[in-house]
Amino acid sequence: MTLMRDRTLLIIFTLFVLAAPLIFAPTGAAYPDLLQRFAIYGIFAIGFNILFGLTGYLSFGHAAFLGVGSYAAVWMFKLLSMNILPALLLSVLIAGLFSLVVGYISLRRSGIYFSILTLALAQMSYVLAYSVLTPLTNGETGLQLRLDDPRILDAAGPEGFLPSTNLFGLEMREVFWSPTVFGYDLQFNWGYYVSAVMLILSFWISIRIFRSPFGLMLRAIKTNQTRLKYTGVSTRPYTLAAFVISGMFAGLAGGLLASMDPLAGAERMQWTVGGEVVLMVVLGGMGTLIGPVLGAVFIKYFENIFSKINDSVLQGWFAFMPGWLDNFFVTIVSPFVGKGWGLTLGALFMIVVIFLPGGLVDGAKRIGRKITGADRRAAKVESK
Amino acid sequence: MGILEVQNVNKRFGGLQALNNVNLDVEKGSVHAIIGPNGAGKSTFLNCLIGKLKPDTGSVNFEGNSVLGKAPHEINQLGISRVFQTPEIFAELNVLENVMIPCFAHRDGAFKVNAFARVLKEKGIREQAEDVLEDMGMKDKRNLQASSLSRGDKRRLEMAMCLVQKPKLMLLDEPTAGMSRADTNNTIELLKHIGETRGITKVIIEHDMHVVFSLATTISVLAQGAIIAEGLPEDIKGHPKVREAYLGEVEV
Repeated sequence: MTLMRDRTLLIIFTLFVLAAPLIFAPTGAAYPDLLQRFAIYGIFAIGFNILFGLTGYLSFGHAAFLGVGSYAAVWMFKLLSMNILPALLLSVLIAGLFSLVVGYISLRRSGIYFSILTLALAQMSYVLAYSVLTPLTNGETGLQLRLDDPRILDAAGPEGFLPSTNLFGLEMREVFWSPTVFGYDLQFNWGYYVSAVMLILSFWISIRIFRSPFGLMLRAIKTNQTRLKYTGVSTRPYTLAAFVISGMFAGLAGGLLASMDPLAGAERMQWTVGGEVVLMVVLGGMGTLIGPVLGAVFIKYFENIFSKINDSVLQGWFAFMPGWLDNFFVTIVSPFVGKGWGLTLGALFMIVVIFLPGGLVDGAKRIGRKITGADRRAAKVESK
Repeated sequence: MGILEVQNVNKRFGGLQALNNVNLDVEKGSVHAIIGPNGAGKSTFLNCLIGKLKPDTGSVNFEGNSVLGKAPHEINQLGISRVFQTPEIFAELNVLENVMIPCFAHRDGAFKVNAFARVLKEKGIREQAEDVLEDMGMKDKRNLQASSLSRGDKRRLEMAMCLVQKPKLMLLDEPTAGMSRADTNNTIELLKHIGETRGITKVIIEHDMHVVFSLATTISVLAQGAIIAEGLPEDIKGHPKVREAYLGEVEV
């Protein structure tokens, strides 16, 4: 039964992701740049959920793997080719190796000590990227493409133009189809569809891990590690494997970010980015399959909407009021929008954690139960 | 030669000699009870057997191999299962999953990345788990979350989790501590049933005499860190040193 349900979930998910440019059109979010971010941060959150959702180990350091993935990808663009495939492979590989080192060190402890260790190691990487490692990271400016990069596999392009990232000739930023449907101007670009395929692949891998004996062991670690040890299971390799897998997902996400926009800066490694992925997973529903993606879309969507609102937009909203009231409302609301949108995120996060501890997925389930009738379900459980 | 041999084990915590030259020989197929008043060193002794503590001196051999310095999971993989004082189960998982996990650990060893196998397709594992649950009378509860079980059922579940690994030796740490008389009797019946059907060697740490005399084939008495008497239940019952240790007075 679970097998059927998982298959249905994967199919619905796939259709939804592929149709996203159409589905998001009414929300004003259907432009390639934002859709790509939905998909990429969805991958980041799916990977993070394999560690945090299954084993319960809360890492604050996953931004480091995202950043490392971006740097690795840009180096591939500079040295080898503008084809994103080798870049993504290197991103995943390097992030995997880096997370093996970080995981090996930080998994010597559990609970809050583990979290602090990951945070410290990630902040150290961030500072290193800014200072000592400048030859590799180009410091504050960030790592960028240059005209005189070798790119040994690529044929020389036209003089004076930076080449663009592509997948065997399909350029990431190229919009290949822009129809008008129901009065909305839609844009279908390669970049989004590459990210979308990766997202679907990640989602499938995540389902398989959740339903595997390996995933069962990870869930056992979360509920009772002592029992698991006395059951003959060596728990450290399991947590380390989960850590490395989630690190590789983060690396893939970082590589994709660089593939859509070929530059990498140290700010991608900052702890706030690692904190954001925690919010995504908790907000969506930790330990659920679809929750992390929902959380990622939710946060990136609202970040986009709220951060665009400025005082003049607010003036427009409250223009129907008398002048003094208008100003009053603008003053009250303005700290929560634009650059201060984090305040809104914080408030939303608090509301969800207090009223819906299981995240958005929990909320959807509760609504579903209201609609289908909780009594019927209870009767069903009893008859089992 | 016994299945478990403990020789000259000493353990000191600061100024306290917790274990003083303890020797123990557990016969294969026996139910060996270790009794003693509070603070006699029973738990310390058990922790030395399962790798949680390392004795200062002495040796602990299981089937001729030393278990000292081995991690808990390595000791389990040798064939030693442990039942805890308060049942240690995977509370957030369902009953069937609780039993399947030790089954996987028994088959796949201490670590295996089978991230693309499907739990649902592991028919053999599932059957083994269901058989043991049936034997424990819990098959109809296999889809319940383990945390929702009654205390007695949690104990049954923990036993099932041990039995599914077909251990050679089971260590039980006060399996009836804090239980009502009825639950205690149920547990005794359960352990008797396990003994009849499987014949697993058991070491039971206990201070409920009713439990001990219902189950044990051999009894060792631990007091102030030393074994003061050992023998058949009948012999121990009337042993003057035991009465002294338990009652604090000599009644001859």
